[in-house]
Amino acid sequence: MAEKIRVLLAKPGLDGHDRGIKVIAAAFRDAGMEVIYTGLRQTPPMIVDAAIQEDVDAIGVSILSGAHMTLFPAILKEMKEKGAGDIILFGGGIVPDEEIKELEALGVAKVFTPGAPTEESIRFLREAVGKKKSDEKIM
Amino acid sequence: MTVLEKFYQRDIRALSRIISFVENREEGYRQLLGELYRMVGHGLRIGITGPPGAGKSTLVNRLVHRFVADGKTVAVIAVDPTSPFSGGALLGDRVRMQEFPAAEQVYFRSMATRGATGGLAAATDNIAVVMEAFGYDVVLIETVGVGQVELDIIDACDTVVVTLVPESGDAVQAMKAGLMEISDVMVINKADRPGSENLIDELKSALHLQKRDPDAWQIPIIATEGINDKNIDLLYEKILEHDAFTRNNGRFDAHRREQIKKKIINILRNRFQREFLDTLAGQVSFEQIVDDIYYGRQNPFQVGEDLYDAFGRK
Repeated sequence: MAEKIRVLLAKPGLDGHDRGIKVIAAAFRDAGMEVIYTGLRQTPPMIVDAAIQEDVDAIGVSILSGAHMTLFPAILKEMKEKGAGDIILFGGGIVPDEEIKELEALGVAKVFTPGAPTEESIRFLREAVGKKKSDEKIM
Repeated sequence: MTVLEKFYQRDIRALSRIISFVENREEGYRQLLGELYRMVGHGLRIGITGPPGAGKSTLVNRLVHRFVADGKTVAVIAVDPTSPFSGGALLGDRVRMQEFPAAEQVYFRSMATRGATGGLAAATDNIAVVMEAFGYDVVLIETVGVGQVELDIIDACDTVVVTLVPESGDAVQAMKAGLMEISDVMVINKADRPGSENLIDELKSALHLQKRDPDAWQIPIIATEGINDKNIDLLYEKILEHDAFTRNNGRFDAHRREQIKKKIINILRNRFQREFLDTLAGQVSFEQIVDDIYYGRQNPFQVGEDLYDAFGRK
């Protein structure tokens, strides 16, 4: 059986606008993925702990509060500290182009801005997960 | 270092990876389970079941905190449905899980049913084995929202909590075969809503009508308000009481033995089924057979007999 893509979707920080992330959650579900939705007001440690316990391929966060330059790096730092740097981090939000470049240089795999079609994020995620290779031995 | 070696050193990422390995039935998963199975004792396994929206996740969240306060470590498996159309799933039980301590103390894993129809995923009881082998004292299993006959939880747990709400219907609903028969503790959650006292009275008299021996466990009916944390202490007490009761009277052992027997039969059934269908797939054209039946030249009962005679007898 081909492995299912597992993706964690979260809203970090004080930002209650969850319409967008619910649209994405439904689109990913309909694309055959297993979506773990954590809800609102998640801190970076909560998000990364959940991602580790759920053994997801990717973390997607939606940030509409303007705090993306704080939250994305905080999540990346948390991932590195907890040995989860291999999980793909992507997100969506109202982020200016220059800052997208900055975030991608830091290690965010992709930032989607308002109006991006859901097909685009599905395609992105499938390709990114497909490239991930693990050579770890189980036993 | 292999993932299993890290698992033995209590590495949380290794635990998560091994759960996926078992859930995805990757090459060698049976051997690994066999290894872990030897480390599993008789820890507490609790099932929470009930219709959608009854407040199962909220109760799980509350119970987890009770166990933690008692110094126990807890692993939770929360099952949500896989879409039969897309194969995808939206696993939303984490939304209710708040302020959990570190994963060494409370570990939470969402699972999709992936085609299973009994209220759990096919691998749920195997994941419980992995969690117990890792060292968690308690495994809490939350089923999908169930109706009347999704009763797999009985084979995965020792104590089953059935959660209803005042809107769940009258006692005639409860007297139908199914949910009532598997419950060890009954909960009427959202008990502040109208109709809860009525339902409790009706359930009590329905329970009296059930045939039971006088030494048997008396199923308690508890009115709770999950979000207000009301009567959760009582629920927690009753769960522990049921556990102690069944361990003392031999029921716990008998139930676990029954589960082992069913597990073996299940493993064999899956194996036979898969092998037989694989054999057929190589040699039989279903299109032709379906044609024959559709146009009245054959019937499904005779076809079943013939295929079994031709390929099933070894």
